[in-house]
Amino acid sequence: MTAWERVCELDALVPDRGAAALIGGHQVALFRLSDTGEVHAVDHLDPFSQANVMARGLVGSRKGVPTVASPMHKQSFDLRTGKCLDDPEVSLQVWPARVTDGWVEIQVDARSSAA
Amino acid sequence: MNQKKKLAVVGAGMVAHRLVEAMVERGADEAWDIEVFGDETRPPYDRVALTSFFSDRDPEDLLLGDGELWKRPGVRLYRGSIVSGIDREAKQIHARNTTFDYDRLVLATGSYATVPPVEGSDLPGCFVYRTVDDVAELRAWVLDREAVLGRKVKGAVVGGGLLGLEAAGALTALGADTTVVEFADWLMPLQVDQAGGGALRRIIEQLGVSVRTSTATSKLRAGRDGKVSRMQFADGDRIPADVVVFATGVRPRDELAREAGLELGERGGVIADEACLTSDDSIFAIGEVAHIAGRVWGLVGPGYSMAEVVADRLLGGDATFEGADLSTKLKLLGVDVASFGDAFAATNGSLEVVYADPTAGVYKKLVMSDDAQTLLGGMLVGDASAYTNLRPMVGRALGSDPTAWLLPEGMEPPSGSSLPDEANVCSCNNVTAGTIRGAVTDHQCTDIAAVKQCTKAGTSCGSCVSLVKKLMETQMAEEGLEVSTALCEHFSVTRAQLFDIVRVSEISTFSELIDKHGTGRGCDICRPVVASILASLGKGHVLEGENATLQDTNDHVMANLQKDGTYSVVPRIPGGEVTPAGLIAIGQVASDFGLYTKITGGQRIDLFGARIEQLPEIWQRLVDAGFESGHAYGKSLRTVKSCVGQSWCRYGVQDSTTLAIDLELRYRGLRSPHKLKLAVSGCARECAEARGKDVGIVATDKGWNLYVGGNGGFTPRHAQLFAEDLSTEELVQAIDRFLMYYIRTADRLQRTAPWLEAIEGGIDAVRAVVFEDSLGIAADLDAAMAAHVDTYEDEWAATLADEKKLLRFASFVNAPETPDPDLVYVEERGQRRPADDEERAVLIAGASIPVRDAEVTV
Ligand SMILES: Cc1cc2nc3c(=O)[nH]c(=O)nc-3n(C[C@H](O)[C@H](O)[C@H](O)COP(=O)(O)OP(=O)(O)OC[C@H]3O[C@@H](n4cnc5c(N)ncnc54)[C@H](O)[C@@H]3O)c2cc1C
Ligand code: SF4
Repeated sequence: MTAWERVCELDALVPDRGAAALIGGHQVALFRLSDTGEVHAVDHLDPFSQANVMARGLVGSRKGVPTVASPMHKQSFDLRTGKCLDDPEVSLQVWPARVTDGWVEIQVDARSSAA
Repeated sequence: MNQKKKLAVVGAGMVAHRLVEAMVERGADEAWDIEVFGDETRPPYDRVALTSFFSDRDPEDLLLGDGELWKRPGVRLYRGSIVSGIDREAKQIHARNTTFDYDRLVLATGSYATVPPVEGSDLPGCFVYRTVDDVAELRAWVLDREAVLGRKVKGAVVGGGLLGLEAAGALTALGADTTVVEFADWLMPLQVDQAGGGALRRIIEQLGVSVRTSTATSKLRAGRDGKVSRMQFADGDRIPADVVVFATGVRPRDELAREAGLELGERGGVIADEACLTSDDSIFAIGEVAHIAGRVWGLVGPGYSMAEVVADRLLGGDATFEGADLSTKLKLLGVDVASFGDAFAATNGSLEVVYADPTAGVYKKLVMSDDAQTLLGGMLVGDASAYTNLRPMVGRALGSDPTAWLLPEGMEPPSGSSLPDEANVCSCNNVTAGTIRGAVTDHQCTDIAAVKQCTKAGTSCGSCVSLVKKLMETQMAEEGLEVSTALCEHFSVTRAQLFDIVRVSEISTFSELIDKHGTGRGCDICRPVVASILASLGKGHVLEGENATLQDTNDHVMANLQKDGTYSVVPRIPGGEVTPAGLIAIGQVASDFGLYTKITGGQRIDLFGARIEQLPEIWQRLVDAGFESGHAYGKSLRTVKSCVGQSWCRYGVQDSTTLAIDLELRYRGLRSPHKLKLAVSGCARECAEARGKDVGIVATDKGWNLYVGGNGGFTPRHAQLFAEDLSTEELVQAIDRFLMYYIRTADRLQRTAPWLEAIEGGIDAVRAVVFEDSLGIAADLDAAMAAHVDTYEDEWAATLADEKKLLRFASFVNAPETPDPDLVYVEERGQRRPADDEERAVLIAGASIPVRDAEVTV
């Protein structure tokens, strides 16, 4: 069973800038990319610094891969898979995200895969 | 969970650091809990670079590694903790008034500096040269004596070896008249022969340092104030001495081992075998305290090798330490000295090839095998440029004519590719030429930073970096790779070129620029650079429209990100002048929001612990009280520090505070390649430390002296004199042009000092641009600065007035005012700070948190 939860209107997300969201007690970082229009959702918790800051990182690309860099110590993560590109051992949890009727929705039960 | 074993490390110096690093790299922290005890108050630092502390260096910059090592689970550093005993029976050590168990113990206690039994050697003003505290006290002493005595300080250094000459260099740099006293017949007797020592002496004397060899110090006398004032020699002669540094040698700190009954070397040092195991097979000894293969090893390179051996052994390996390369290359007082291999020609039948040029102060010697084919060793004084290429050739044939290596314009040394793979290029970290080539071929390293990180080559004394770079570039050429000066993967040009592109084109957004001149989506390197260029050129405010997506979080929310994800807020306090009412207002804001407060080095107040959603409210309060953003977050002007100057100080000759305030208000908000710091002192006593700033101004009775290119930080520099006795008007124009020219042409993150070094023609060329308009751009630079001054607005106030911009301060898009629920604080000295991991664990488990701020709950 998949449950999609509405988080915010798409317009609330500034293209190429992240925003944090609180979903069922979990802190999620949302990113809306200007070129592809895609929305990505990953952990807001930076696994390196243990601070909730990922949504405040800069988006960019590395060899074509869309990335976000931790604002704390600048490690880059693949926005699609959550994998850290500077340390293959580390990754962010990724949530399926979509836009419906101008609303950003996150698939919530996917969270259980984090456990 | 299976039980982890306990490793205790006594001593938190360079070698202990390498041991822990090596363990973590190999994943040994999975099986071992590592506890490190150091009696110094600092985490391990780079002792080899100790002398650089004198060029105004922040001791923080000497620290080894990035500090992450000590935060890893299973790794613990106890600073300021002396280990007072070892109980081998119980396998425990005593420290911090308690005991710690160990399964294995590592002694890495290093050495202490010895003081010869000279009467008066304990007088105030006598120092040794071993720790950051030693050099910090020495520096304070010299500066203080100079101020009190009102004349140049007389310094004496006992010992003319490596350490003594370093100390003499440091004293000279502090402005002392320095004499080096050496007991042997020539300087650096352990590294160079008599002829080399003679050459060294001539060069050093030319630098203004006096040298006395074959001289024994017999007594130190105090002056009327009880402080050291004279040094007396065995031959009856004496010299004045306001400060004395003993650099007569070191002895292993083996007292713990002695008390524990471990076997010691005849002249000290804990005896260990090739596995670094002492006479107790649960205890290892490494670094300067270890006596292995018949001797102690007083250099960091062999110590690092021992650390690697122990890390390997603890994981069940069988690595061994069998001795090491004792080559050294130093730059003492700016003079090159190097010795390597069999420098004293001790090998039977060896031949010496000598080249000496006494007028140029150069002495070079190669030691060759009896058939004059194989290089055995050598020493180089005055010009050691051949060292990097020669040292890896030890034990190899030098080619047809060895003398060619010694001539000033000698034969072309072997190019990067001709060094054999097994030649040791970095002796500190034991890195071979093959490993460096492998970094390019197997690990895709294409710049020197990547190669250093990958191989560790060049990360200790740094003398091999040029060779490492050459090897890398040669290998890259062989692989058909281009050596790149690109800003990042998205732009193939430098920052200066990008600046010109933006300046001469109509481009005013990042997306246009990357479309036309770059590729991809950009990254955390190029985005902020472009934002800064656009801002410097007045093409849109840093926070307007698309530019907002280019900014690091600090610039984006106009505050400084801290470790727990909250921010610190710094209101501008121009020139460090603040009214009592202003102070009270800041204090009230801090108290109302529960912010931790601390005075900064730039004469203002930093407020820590502001959550993102609190920032607008905090600013509103500060703006209402008449404050504005201090730009503590930006690559921009930080502060103009000042002393109180003529208006109060009895020595002041100009009004330094007013000038500082005027300058700070003029340049506030100016975006630049790196942060900019200025300072103004009201007289030559220089209380504002202006010569440690990018732009430093020192008052004279005729006007202002202008210094440029100073900084603290990683590579501290003293600013150089740029112009003398300027009127205030001339001064401001000169600074306008200097800063604008820097902003246009510097590289990303290049401060003014390295910029002055890199720019063609150096400081003289910049002076010509500023004062003689040599490039015909002065009017342009003036206009650019005028535009900046005219369009400045306070970013905080502007943001508060803009509904749309305020949206970015929501903590969560779907719960804009909900605080981050994971923040946890504890109270310390009456203020709060983020809880560390252990405190967190306790607090989250349920106990109440001792903080005043009722908002913070768990
Ligand atoms: C000015 C200077 C310049 C140098 N230049 C060079 C150079 O160019 N090249 C080179 O190879 N080497 C150089 N050296 C030598 C180099 O610094 C040492 O070889 C190296 O630091 C040795 O490392 P270590 O870890 O064995 O000892 P250290 O770095 O001395 O560390 C030992 C630590 O253990 C602590 N300690 C001792 N006993 C206890 C105890 N009972 N409890 C707790 N803590 C304890 C000490 O306080 C110290 O912090 C230089 C040294 C100095 C002082
Ligand atoms: S530098 Fe300033 S405070 Fe120091 S003595 Fe001179 S005028 Fe006085």
